[in-house]
Amino acid sequence: MASLGALSATSDPGTPVLAADEAPNPWFDPSYVTDNWDTIVGHLGQHVRLTVGAVLLGTLVALPLALLARRTRLLAGPVLGLSSVVYTIPSLALFAFLAPFTGALSPVTVLVGLTVYTLVILVRNFLAGLQGVPDDVREAARGMGYGPARLFLRVDLPLALPAFMAGLRIATVSTVALVTVGVITGNGGLGQLIIGGLNANFYRAEIVTGAVGCVLLAVVADVLLAGLQRLFTPWTRAAR
Amino acid sequence: MDAGGPVTAVGDAFVYLNDPFNWTRPGGILDLLVQHLRISALAVLLAAVLAVPTGVLLGRSGRGAGALVVLSNVSRAVPTLALLTVLAVTPLGFSETGTVLALAAFAVPPMLTNTYVGFREVDRDVREAARAMGMSRGQMLTRVEFPLASPLVATGVRTAAVQVVATATLAALVGGGGLGRIINLGFGQQDHGEILAGAVLVAALALLTELLLVLASTAVTPGPRRWPLRPVRAARAGRPEPTSSGVPL
Repeated sequence: MASLGALSATSDPGTPVLAADEAPNPWFDPSYVTDNWDTIVGHLGQHVRLTVGAVLLGTLVALPLALLARRTRLLAGPVLGLSSVVYTIPSLALFAFLAPFTGALSPVTVLVGLTVYTLVILVRNFLAGLQGVPDDVREAARGMGYGPARLFLRVDLPLALPAFMAGLRIATVSTVALVTVGVITGNGGLGQLIIGGLNANFYRAEIVTGAVGCVLLAVVADVLLAGLQRLFTPWTRAAR
Repeated sequence: MDAGGPVTAVGDAFVYLNDPFNWTRPGGILDLLVQHLRISALAVLLAAVLAVPTGVLLGRSGRGAGALVVLSNVSRAVPTLALLTVLAVTPLGFSETGTVLALAAFAVPPMLTNTYVGFREVDRDVREAARAMGMSRGQMLTRVEFPLASPLVATGVRTAAVQVVATATLAALVGGGGLGRIINLGFGQQDHGEILAGAVLVAALALLTELLLVLASTAVTPGPRRWPLRPVRAARAGRPEPTSSGVPL
């Protein structure tokens, strides 16, 4: 069959001569997914680990920063200014800046870079949420004898939670997309499939699997966080 | 580590950037810079031609807010790298056209949402006063609505342009050109000096673009100047980042 195909190809000058040129290259191939399930799940796992790690680390750093920035107006300007400067730096350049320090082939480079980007979004949203808490309410809580910790947990946190969750959702979805750039260090999660397919003679099924996987992961993460938000803020539902 | 630690890398980057041959040789920094700027300019232009008129139409009618939020969220979820790669394996192939199209697609949402909000927020009373003065629809658009909406339109174009210049770096990962190629080559050779030199160039270009466009948009915006480089006022602090365009819808 193959020799027949090659013969007919050579007889017709309009069609490609090489048999490889005629190889089917579908946009999506279920057999690719089933045959390479373990590889895909491995990259997906790294994608999820990097995203969750970056958002958690970002939250741990952003919350104290936002609390400090609310306390002093002097600090709010520099914190927000610096964060918008950081957001202007392209992700590839940020990974490149970190590479000599954290290793050019290390997932730490990607994790630290992604954390820095989540910080930019999270500090902004956390600060906006905290500034949205009415001063009267905090005053009243303090008058009732609330200490700083209880004031934060019982008053600030519930009132600022919608803004906090909005920030977390945006940071998570952006991070899922940005992980793919980590492919420069060989730690790009599903981005490895995208570039891997490109290097494997433009294998479309692998590229599309990686790309669609990224978008699906972002949607799933967003829906999960939206569900958490509903769970944590039952009073917003009752109001409707 | 393998290349001698961060201190050596900084020295190597300095040497790389100080070598005139690295700048002027064919395919050197200057060539890549020109290519980077050409791709970016074409992408921004294409996106502006599509997004600004659409934003004006939608904003004046006040319809389509839901669709814009969806578009904005979707564009956040799709990795730029994925679109660049997918376009590279279409019949377009590895061409600047593919890169320009991919970058333009991501530049549309910020321009569209900002233009939309700018035109939607024009005061109804001002519109009615203009109509009462006998202005035609065209006159209202050019003399009333556009001047009032122009700060937001300019913000949208600026946000998109800076984003395009930044993400044009990624074209190097899929065999395209631009300054990202230096970073890509550096990673390929595990040359920390070259990696760092590329990072400095790309970051400097992005920051410079932002600075120049901020100044330009302030200069062309009518009305009292609100210079952006003045210290952040308390009232403006802590604005959240609700959509990719940075504008609440």
